[in-house]
Amino acid sequence: MRIVYLDNNATTQIADEVREAMLPFLTDLWGNPSSMHTFGGQTKKYIETAREQVAALIGADDPQEITFTSCGSESNNLAIRGGAEAMDKQPHVMTSKVEHAAVSGPCHYLEDRGFRLTKLDVDEKGRLDVETLRREAKAGKSLTSIMWANNETGVIFPVGLIGEIVHEFGGIFHTDGVQAVGKIPMKVSELPIDMLSLSGHKLHAPKGVGALYIRRGTKVKPLILGGHQERGRRAGTENVPYIVGLGLACELAGKKLKEENTRVKAMRDRLEAGILETCPGARLNGDPAARLPNTTNISFDYIEGEAILLMLDDKGICASTGSACASGSLEPSHVLRAMQVAGMSVHGSIRFSFSTYNTEEDVDAVLTELPKIVQRLRELSPFV
Amino acid sequence: MWDYTDKVNEHFRNPHNVGKIEGADGTGEVGSLACGDALKLMFKLDDEGRIAEAKFQTFGCASAIASSSALTEMILGKTLEEAETITNKDIANYLGGLPKQKVHCSVMGREALEAAIYNYRTGKKWNKEIEGEVICHCFGVTDKEIEKVVREHDVTTIEELTNACKAGGGCGNCIPELESMIQRLVAKEVAEESGVPLMTNLQKIHLIEDVIDREIRPALRQDGGDLELVDVDGKTVKVRFRGACSGCVVSAITLKDVVEARLRDNVSTDIVVEEIK
Repeated sequence: MRIVYLDNNATTQIADEVREAMLPFLTDLWGNPSSMHTFGGQTKKYIETAREQVAALIGADDPQEITFTSCGSESNNLAIRGGAEAMDKQPHVMTSKVEHAAVSGPCHYLEDRGFRLTKLDVDEKGRLDVETLRREAKAGKSLTSIMWANNETGVIFPVGLIGEIVHEFGGIFHTDGVQAVGKIPMKVSELPIDMLSLSGHKLHAPKGVGALYIRRGTKVKPLILGGHQERGRRAGTENVPYIVGLGLACELAGKKLKEENTRVKAMRDRLEAGILETCPGARLNGDPAARLPNTTNISFDYIEGEAILLMLDDKGICASTGSACASGSLEPSHVLRAMQVAGMSVHGSIRFSFSTYNTEEDVDAVLTELPKIVQRLRELSPFV
Repeated sequence: MWDYTDKVNEHFRNPHNVGKIEGADGTGEVGSLACGDALKLMFKLDDEGRIAEAKFQTFGCASAIASSSALTEMILGKTLEEAETITNKDIANYLGGLPKQKVHCSVMGREALEAAIYNYRTGKKWNKEIEGEVICHCFGVTDKEIEKVVREHDVTTIEELTNACKAGGGCGNCIPELESMIQRLVAKEVAEESGVPLMTNLQKIHLIEDVIDREIRPALRQDGGDLELVDVDGKTVKVRFRGACSGCVVSAITLKDVVEARLRDNVSTDIVVEEIK
């Protein structure tokens, strides 16, 4: 059975070029970059190339502003815990109600340790309540962490505006860019962003590598101690093959940004329009005016997400759901709940997320199968 | 990924007895859209009072659909008295087991059956809130249901309770209350089964004092009365009435219906209360 992979916000296929570029570091070039001898020390320069490649994709002025980590979650933890603990006075921690757990987790960690935490609302389209942010920001220096783009809906937040407000009151602004990097153009050097997290496996590098952009002058207390690596910000011998992979993946993502925002976006739009037209009770979640080009999130009234997902899976179609039943918890997606998506549709949401590896055939496959599945489950539902 | 059995997969993909029955003898509806699952069960009896036809409609995940389908198969050909004996465990067993987080799907099946039989017998729509007080407001679970679930599923932790009936799985505000309910119910059950006291004498005395303070004394004080704990000797609790209670003509009734009843509910079912004059 052909696999139709439309779950790229969860993880992505490793690019062939990336795998090939990594291989020498898993065979011959296995030395320690910190070694004095040539054999080990020669690997250092590849790390620095990767640093340049990452910096180029996000538009950082200086590659030294990039710190390699083990994943996006580590980057978020380093930024939030490390950022808050390095500030002179305990900052007011601000975040949104729709963050990934890797951001809300460290925010709650700080709250448990006596930091004041404010979680900002979003409206029904998933847009941040900027006025409340402005009001809350006045309360004192903050460490604010707001995502660049939402993983479930693809909604893009106005990070420029948010950063300006945070800076106006002397705060530090971190953004979780895990879903945004490589999908939309960005130049952090020209934006009021102090820290930005990114993850390798969301942009065709393998799992197990990430990075944190830390603007020059921003203080961060390291989480992992015991070594000089990454300028003391992250101890531990560098994961050379994966860092090399991440670097190349960033370079490739930069080259494909245009395709992402044209061909990929067109596929997403065709899928979305097709579903909304052919499936009864289908409604779009999120803000069509400010969204990632690759993501769509659609709710189906009166039917349940896990059931839809399993039936799609029977046809080789991979997607994801905000349904409670699929996650093992009973609470449906915190993102859709924060958006106050109606009860009848919050349990039946499906996310499709594309990458440049998708084809028009993938869209056709979903448009052939999904209406039948929705029809079938509606026949089973007592509410239709 | 859930580890569903082949039987669950089979009943999910090809559910049996889907639909409605015109002029059904009994209809049971449980769950809601907000809760994430709901089931409507209908049946029709034959001349001998056996279930001749059973149909369902379900909003829910794969295991909810499979549990509903299994239930309709299980009740076909049974009298209502026979059908009533089906437990949610029977439904889960019929399916070769359910993942523990999905046990509540089989509970929903059993509830729908109960509701449909209630509807047949009374002509009324079953409303579970008539049975007890809602404790978990997110999923509308009552104290009576929780008691039943704790007993039938040997529940000892919040997690097990949530898996079985969803209580506590939403906002979490009711969790402290659920925890104390579980503790109380489990202690009561073990004591009933073994006859061996679970508490040390000291713990028992503390609990009795606590119940008097919390539940008994405020009620007595409303009428200007009060109560003093004198002694605890095994299952015998000796108390002395104070204030308006002492010498009150109905103090004997107060003793049995209020003091003893509350202590039996909260401490141990074999407690006998004696008044010291």
